[in-house]
Amino acid sequence: MFQIPDFKELQRLVDGADEAEVRRALQSNHVGINGLAALLSPAAESLLPELAARSVEITAQRFGNTIQIYAPLYLSNFCVNRCAYCGFSAENKISRRMLTLEEAEQETMILHNREINHLLLVSGEAPARLGVDYLEELARRLRDRFASITIEVQPLETEEYRRLFEAGITGVAVYQETYDRRIYTDVHLAGKKCDFDYRLEVPAKVAAAGMREVGIGALLGLSDWRLEGFALGMHLAWLRRQYWQTALSVSFPRLRPAAGDFEPLVTVSERNLSQLLFALRIFDPDVGLVLSTREEARYRDGMIGLAPTRYSAGSCTAPGGYSQPELEGEQFSVGDLRTISQVCQDIKRRGCDPVRKDWDSTFQAA
Amino acid sequence: MLTIAGRIFHSRLFGGTGKFSSPQVMKDALEASGCEMVTVALRRIDLKNPEDDIMSMLDRQRYLFLPNTSGARDANEAVRLAHLARASGGGNWLKLEVTPDPRTLLPDPVETLKAAEELVKDDFIVLPYINADPILALRLQDVGTAAIMPLGSPIGTNQGILTLPQIEIIIEQARVPVVVDAGLGAPSHVAQAMEIGADAVLVNTAIAVAGDPVKMARAFAQAVEAGRTAFESGLGKKSSRAEASSPQVGLEFLR
Repeated sequence: MFQIPDFKELQRLVDGADEAEVRRALQSNHVGINGLAALLSPAAESLLPELAARSVEITAQRFGNTIQIYAPLYLSNFCVNRCAYCGFSAENKISRRMLTLEEAEQETMILHNREINHLLLVSGEAPARLGVDYLEELARRLRDRFASITIEVQPLETEEYRRLFEAGITGVAVYQETYDRRIYTDVHLAGKKCDFDYRLEVPAKVAAAGMREVGIGALLGLSDWRLEGFALGMHLAWLRRQYWQTALSVSFPRLRPAAGDFEPLVTVSERNLSQLLFALRIFDPDVGLVLSTREEARYRDGMIGLAPTRYSAGSCTAPGGYSQPELEGEQFSVGDLRTISQVCQDIKRRGCDPVRKDWDSTFQAA
Repeated sequence: MLTIAGRIFHSRLFGGTGKFSSPQVMKDALEASGCEMVTVALRRIDLKNPEDDIMSMLDRQRYLFLPNTSGARDANEAVRLAHLARASGGGNWLKLEVTPDPRTLLPDPVETLKAAEELVKDDFIVLPYINADPILALRLQDVGTAAIMPLGSPIGTNQGILTLPQIEIIIEQARVPVVVDAGLGAPSHVAQAMEIGADAVLVNTAIAVAGDPVKMARAFAQAVEAGRTAFESGLGKKSSRAEASSPQVGLEFLR
């Protein structure tokens, strides 16, 4: 089982790194966990351009001059958890809605017509309303229309993930939110999500079920971003060793304004976020790095080709929001309001190819 | 001239379609390379869509279209993809790739052999991507593959031919063309492959992510030519000692 050392222990490693160690990590082809600590350290801040250059080189080599495009579809904002930072949190007075299977299909048709091939299905955690049966049926209805279908819903068990894989789900994103056990306990106030260790085991269950890809992530704004990055790196390395057939990706959602008006506990600047992205790219050349529409267009444009490999576009975070854009009940307010085709145009302008399709439903037997 | 499964190729350089900054750059680079065979990842294209960004850029009169099964985790997936490609007009040729490790994309020898056997029976022209394992190469030829595509080094690494001794054995034993694939990062690497007698090479990353892909494509084409011509002319043996250009061996004792 994967275990996270205490954050104080990680802090010692990160704070102890000096510039010489950063330079060594930049020159190495196999950056170990100590190299990652150095790349995330305050000592690496003055070398940010060097980190960027190395990250550009590795990203081009491994992924080419491409950015993969995906879009999220919010199925439901019902949630039984109380999480201090989330707009869907159970006590927030927002308008709640769960799409019927027919409504969900209609919403996906809008995305399909906008030439989205990679679909991410998202929901709050309310298993009694939206459970495995719903997801299984929806996957079967959608599988021929999309190249890949990923889910970001409540944690499930290995057997359930296996059922969904057979129905056509290709990957699962499940974020620890914070790897800092103390802060985790502070911000998760009620619901099953309060159990830190239970959640930490979920990515392994996903991989054990045979899913193509596991996405892990940390919500930035809760604890020290350097240590979250370090913990993410450790988690990645552990998953790689245990499940060599599973592709891995990481998300770094920075907290955005949301219902409940939660104030981030720490500030994470664009420079910080960039350092985190570069460090993880250098540490793990093959990991998919996701930059969602939580970030502004200006920042996302600037980061093209530097480290991220996957952008969402034209996102709406309220269930039913694609067919009724005026709907309320969103998870967070989006930072990049461009349409899908605008995002793709801007990626092209930056000399990269916006890749609409990089998988195929045929891989999985129907 | 190179012949694979009865088809003649004037160029011994094969191209790829991944990692380019745009479909137009891909098209221009492929043209500059002079290649006549182009591999395309089936995962990347929509064969049913005539406006697919890659397929609409590829002149099927000019290039033989070689779909590949990159991403397939086992024989079943590869076989399924191959059939889908053929049913959608992708043709009979197939670059068989079974790559269960998404990180290194190294080929699975067991599943590749299994899939090759099945696909050959189903009348596909199979070009399997393999690690440079001479026995596996022989086993694949025994089941009827049209060529063998051993890797020089892991894909996308630009490390050149790290598997030289094994590739030399594969070439020596081959009954079908040997195409060195993956890891060829510089024109000198492909020249080396051609000098030791490879029938062709496949290059993608090194061209696609070059500063000027069109110019780089031309450089690779020239290196393929040079290496092949050297091989055909008969390269001299390497020696660890200096040898005089005009040997002076005392033969006066001969009657």
